Amino acid sequence: MTEIQDLVEGIGQGEKRAVARGLTWIERDSEKGKQLVRALFPMAGKAHIVGITGAPGVGKSTLVNRLTLALRNHGYRVGILAVDPSSPFTGGAILGDRIRMQESVMDQGVFMRSLASRGHLGGLSRATFGAVTLLDAAGFDYILIETVGAGQSEVEIMQLAHSTMVVLAPGLGDDIQAIKAGILEIGQIFVVNKADRDGADHTARAIRGMLTLGMQHLEWFPPIIKTVAENGEGMDDLIAAIAKHREFLQESGRLDSIREGQTRHLIELALQDWSLRAMRLAEQDETFWTALREAVAHGQADAADAARKIVESAQRGGATVGS
Amino acid sequence: MIRVLVAKPGLDGHDRGAKVIARALRDAGMEVVYTGLHQTPEQIVDAALQEDVDVLALSILSGAHPTLVPRIMDLVRENKMDNMLVLLGGIIPDDDVDSMIAAGISRVFGPGTDTQDIVDYIRERVADDD
Ligand code: B12
Ligand SMILES: Nc1nc2c(ncn2[C@@H]2O[C@H](COP(=O)(O)OP(=O)(O)O)[C@@H](O)[C@H]2O)c(=O)[nH]1
Ligand SMILES: [Mg+2]
Repeated sequence: MTEIQDLVEGIGQGEKRAVARGLTWIERDSEKGKQLVRALFPMAGKAHIVGITGAPGVGKSTLVNRLTLALRNHGYRVGILAVDPSSPFTGGAILGDRIRMQESVMDQGVFMRSLASRGHLGGLSRATFGAVTLLDAAGFDYILIETVGAGQSEVEIMQLAHSTMVVLAPGLGDDIQAIKAGILEIGQIFVVNKADRDGADHTARAIRGMLTLGMQHLEWFPPIIKTVAENGEGMDDLIAAIAKHREFLQESGRLDSIREGQTRHLIELALQDWSLRAMRLAEQDETFWTALREAVAHGQADAADAARKIVESAQRGGATVGS
Repeated sequence: MIRVLVAKPGLDGHDRGAKVIARALRDAGMEVVYTGLHQTPEQIVDAALQEDVDVLALSILSGAHPTLVPRIMDLVRENKMDNMLVLLGGIIPDDDVDSMIAAGISRVFGPGTDTQDIVDYIRERVADDD
């Protein structure tokens, strides 16, 4: 058996070592990693993918811990991916989400991996997409994805998750922040965590107010669930809300369109990669690049003309660009 | 990308050193998983396995290294993670260093260590394969 077949088999059986090694391959974005994702793709498609987003400190990691324990009590296997930001200067990262997940992650039915964003914008890392396919193929019933939590423009999770949960907490002026950041539009479930603190009802009302303003026409009206992640209060309500949203997706036939959206998004990302590589190649060819730049600078061509030339040149040298 | 797990085994509450190491390695461009205080050997090795780290960095100032480290290294071998570099730092008396090395620790770093030495030590031994 080849190395990849070996790994695919181990992953199919949910072996921790195989899952962990496979995730490393995918993170490296090597040819082996790409082959692995292709091989795993047909085995995936059964898991329910849940996104957890919201500002830093609202309690996302603590919530994932509790939600995982509750899902385990229902007998489900849970895969967790938690994304933290990489430093734009050094590329390094401190991945600290595991600190809050200690109670749940030792369980044989749970696998948790910390991912660094590695320069990818939008709240996820590039590898998150392949990582979800892997965990799905490994037989996890639920896959929980905690996003970076930068608060702004973290809309990419919508392209990946079946159910996206927006987490807020009272007293941070978060209600206003979330609305500004346009994060309200992406939530299918709203969680007001730290409900042990004053102001939780106020935050819940503020969200409800904002939602009723623009969303009466929607078939799915997002529920607002109050939780105390620290002690597990509200987890049954949260699980019920996720189950209900899943049912809604199944009955309305939306699962298929989500899958189509995921594929479309992956193609778009690959296209972006490709065009960036084309740009780099153009820059490396000094004569070509200088001519282009001068032409634009002197008004003989515009930026779009230059871009077209870069694409054409990349296509001619397709072997190097397309790898 | 070099991935490191910084772990605090046992009941030791001294976490300054661990945090200094975590930040220094991050600033050197590594990805550092930090799991917080009071980890059992089982938790640490399980986390290292799931995170598939290249380096396990143990920080112990409590004096419990003679019991904790051999247990951790047994689990490392049981899980066939022999390729992982395991470093130890904190308050480790000179007389204990040999037994720590014999247990499978690659090197012991004591108080006053320049973090650049740790960075260099890791870079010399771990291939940064992407
Ligand atoms: C600050 C301190 C505390 C603080 C800790 C604050 C915190 N959150 O960290 C407080 C006041 C809470 C504290 C409490 C106690 N402390 Co105290 N504490 C110290 C002290 C003075 C400095 C430790 C420190 O932070 N150094 C600064 C950091 C940056 O240095 P470092 O940890 O050594 O790390 C460096 C290197 O060792 C190395 N390194 C460390 N870890 C790692 C890991 C890897 C992988 C690598 C490569 C390198 C590496 O790199 C770092 C940078 O150079 C030491 C004495 C000393 N001089 O070390 C005593 C000391 C560690 N404490 C000691 C004791 C006994 C205690 C208490 C039990 C006291 C008591 N009776 O209550 C309690 C226990 C607390 C607990 N729950 O565990 C003893 C331990 C004795 C022993 N091991 O045999 C010491 C040695 C003092 C002594 N001489 O008696 N302590
Ligand atoms: N009072 C209270 N604190 C909480 C609750 N949930 C989490 N926290 C605390 O909030 C802080 C941030 O939690 P964390 O899960 O790391 O947040 P994240 O950054 O969104 O992942 C931690 O100190 C938690 O202990 C809660 O329900 N109530
Ligand atoms: Mg977190």
